[in-house]
Amino acid sequence: MQTVIKRLKINDVEREIDATPEMRLLDLLRSQLKLTGTKEGCGEGECGACSMLLNGEVIDSCLMLVGQLKDGDEILTVEGLGDVDHLSPLQECFVHEGGAQCGICTPGMLMAAHALLRKNPRPTREEIATAISGNLCRCTGYVKIIDAIEKASQASKAGKVRKGKG
Amino acid sequence: MPTVGKSVTRRHAVEMAMGRALYVDDLQMPGMWHGAVVRTSIPHGRVRRVELSQSFDWNRVVLADARDIPGRNCVAMIEDDLPLIVHDVVKHVGEAVMLIAAPTRDLALEARRHVKVEYEEWEPVLTLEDSKAARIKIRGEDNVVARYEMHKGDAAKGFASADKVVEGTYTMGHQEHIYIEPQGMIAALRDDGVFSVVGSLQCPYYVSKALSIIMSMPEDRISVRQALIGGAFGGKEDYPSVIAGYCAVLARKCQRPVKIVYDRDEDIEVSTKRHPAIVRHRTGVRKDGTLVAMDIDFELDAGAYVTLSPVVLSRGFIHSAGPYRCDNVSARCCAYATNTAPNGAFRGFGAPQGLFPIEVHMDRIAEAVGISPLEIRRRNLLRDGDATVTGQVLRGSVGASAVLEAVAKRSRFEKRRKELAKSRRKNICKGLGISLFHHGSGFTGSGEAVLKGKAGLRLDADGRIAVLTACTEMGQGSHTVLPQIAADHLGVDLSCVTIETPDTALVPNSGPTVASRTTMVMGVVLGKCASQLKERLFAFAAKRFDADAGRLSFKGENLMSGKKTLMPVSGLVKAYLAEKGALTIIDHYELPPGIHWNDKTFNGDAYPVYAWGCNAAEVEVDLDTFEVHVSKIWTASEMGRAVNPLLAEGQVEGGTVQALGWALMERLVMKDGHVRSNRLQTYIIPTALDAPEMETILLELPFEYGPMGAKGLGELPMDGGAPAIANAIAHATGIRICDLPITPERLYEACKP
Repeated sequence: MQTVIKRLKINDVEREIDATPEMRLLDLLRSQLKLTGTKEGCGEGECGACSMLLNGEVIDSCLMLVGQLKDGDEILTVEGLGDVDHLSPLQECFVHEGGAQCGICTPGMLMAAHALLRKNPRPTREEIATAISGNLCRCTGYVKIIDAIEKASQASKAGKVRKGKG
Repeated sequence: MPTVGKSVTRRHAVEMAMGRALYVDDLQMPGMWHGAVVRTSIPHGRVRRVELSQSFDWNRVVLADARDIPGRNCVAMIEDDLPLIVHDVVKHVGEAVMLIAAPTRDLALEARRHVKVEYEEWEPVLTLEDSKAARIKIRGEDNVVARYEMHKGDAAKGFASADKVVEGTYTMGHQEHIYIEPQGMIAALRDDGVFSVVGSLQCPYYVSKALSIIMSMPEDRISVRQALIGGAFGGKEDYPSVIAGYCAVLARKCQRPVKIVYDRDEDIEVSTKRHPAIVRHRTGVRKDGTLVAMDIDFELDAGAYVTLSPVVLSRGFIHSAGPYRCDNVSARCCAYATNTAPNGAFRGFGAPQGLFPIEVHMDRIAEAVGISPLEIRRRNLLRDGDATVTGQVLRGSVGASAVLEAVAKRSRFEKRRKELAKSRRKNICKGLGISLFHHGSGFTGSGEAVLKGKAGLRLDADGRIAVLTACTEMGQGSHTVLPQIAADHLGVDLSCVTIETPDTALVPNSGPTVASRTTMVMGVVLGKCASQLKERLFAFAAKRFDADAGRLSFKGENLMSGKKTLMPVSGLVKAYLAEKGALTIIDHYELPPGIHWNDKTFNGDAYPVYAWGCNAAEVEVDLDTFEVHVSKIWTASEMGRAVNPLLAEGQVEGGTVQALGWALMERLVMKDGHVRSNRLQTYIIPTALDAPEMETILLELPFEYGPMGAKGLGELPMDGGAPAIANAIAHATGIRICDLPITPERLYEACKP
């Protein structure tokens, strides 16, 4: 199939991509752009490991095809949340509250949580659970993930995050 | 400052949160191809012919079948009955018939669609009951994979002295692990002739041994390395040897690295699962609730090949009498073969199938004698000095009473039951249920004595001391906890210690990362290594500083002589390496003194020690939809010592929610030997909305022979959730369901007038 050229903003960087329209957005990022932070757990939109933000909305990137994207679309993946020296408050809280165990659901969880906190900076625990209910985790029982997101919502208001213990 | 007991941050957590943690599917190798597997589509029969379609250009791919296996066509585990690639007899749907490698994954999958397999079909054995009936024989004359018995006291006499006899039959279905990262592996034949394998695997030395037989190569020419693992739960204990075999055969044939990562449906269809089980209890009890006799039949569906089933069977069997004292027990267990994918290790390793029945049965016994579920447990639980079902006399670190009382108190059990019974409104009813359970730490019986698991400490050029172990990190926290233990044994700051990647070329054979053994077993060995390493380093430092070796010690990041700081630990390590050369200390595990086990009679010390747990679950049942919502779970876990409390809580909470899934929603549907619920749309695991509020209580009764008192924790949390929930549903509805999972459909059927 012939390729299409699209201009996308990926993690705040303008990029021109050249891919077949039936390529999954997940594969575009992982294989072509080498952004492997986003994971694949089921390939059919059930597990949320491939969650990312498209124009501010959480999507399952395994269900989104390149042909469905428009020029100027903005994509945010886990790689765009912070940098080595400055983890975002949300990332910090996942690290220090035990929000990551095996870590494979973590990028998708972070993106779902990031989208929630942008819209609702002080969510209740129920609202957090609802927001991440499309993201499966098999390790944590979700308690510490919800703890981490709750803590991040409090920290972002206070403007700082508790430093780690060790 | 000791680090054990502190919630230090998980190793790799920062990389995970940044998306920089690399799992097997994130790894690339130059010239790497992708593999796909052509699989059997019938449960029983033989392969007649494999036909390649004319409409595909086969020059674009490389094919391999059983004839391309350079060594033996078998994946070595307990027995050698599991073939890597079928060449004749088919024993279940999903066995490999042919392997395909191609430059892209899409092309390999396209090629697979052009392969047609013709079969001679035989009638299959698809359930445990059918296998037991042995009308169709698929293994020996009776389809039996393994069988044991266990006797204590005189059961007949015990029953004769009973006021009441309570009987019950309990069934449990398959449970699939649903690690969020599917199985994956890469194999490559390196220029130096070494076969290098990297993948998502729990037990590097299992893969190394299996590949050595498949590839007909000595194990020192095979290096197996763990990539970061996206969850395992037992599902990556034995199965990775199979997928590594596929990759290795293809890599040899096409002379390139080959990667195979399963799609979710393929993973659910072919990988191992928790064994389905049928358990029958007949229990004699006195009026006051004292257990006087137990008769137990414990049966598992092993699937088509032996794999690990005999060991799963023995652990499940030993746990099937529950954490209770009973002087007269007669018990039998058996695993039967069926034409379904082999069942294998899944967190708990048979113990959940042993504990769900007895813990529901205890509530029925309580009802029969008219005392509360809490009281029946209180009166019968194992205490210090009591003998278990195998005759193991418990000495120290017996937490049954402590966990029970902690949960009873925090949940206000008796009071809350009464409140909930009154709270029923319209069609919502509420209930509270309890379970008490134990889990043996380490291998069953003589396993640890035979294996002698090794670990080591190595001085590194960067001035740090590396922990060497083949025990993998899969989210449970071993690579955070083991350096903590090593640091405290050495007496140094945690920053002085690191841990090597589990790679058979770099670390000794510690045994597998299973059986709630890593913290306890490796922790003890690291203690032995630390003493020897300190002795060597202090002798070296004594000479160098002309000091008395007896006065030397580590404190934080420094070497001290008495109160005087001599030099940083890192400096000492570097100086040692510069003057004396490399230093690695390796030692092995030995069971605590006085541990004896008889494999034939199932009598003696089944485990070095047990961890103990209690759960209380509060549920709401909607009598219109028959949905069950678990609103809160209280857990108390007694693990000797919580090396890292935050990580320990994470283990407990995660395991409890896996148990909730097994109890209520995880139903593997099979039809004619095919898995029908092969997607996450049809095989349902708990989401954040299904997870209850949890109160997690960690209790510590130090174990004399554990590192800083620690016992095993990993599997315990899977053991008690299901019976606590089932008991809560019975309390809420008055309907006792003895079969898992308790789906709304099953509850509806049971409630129908």
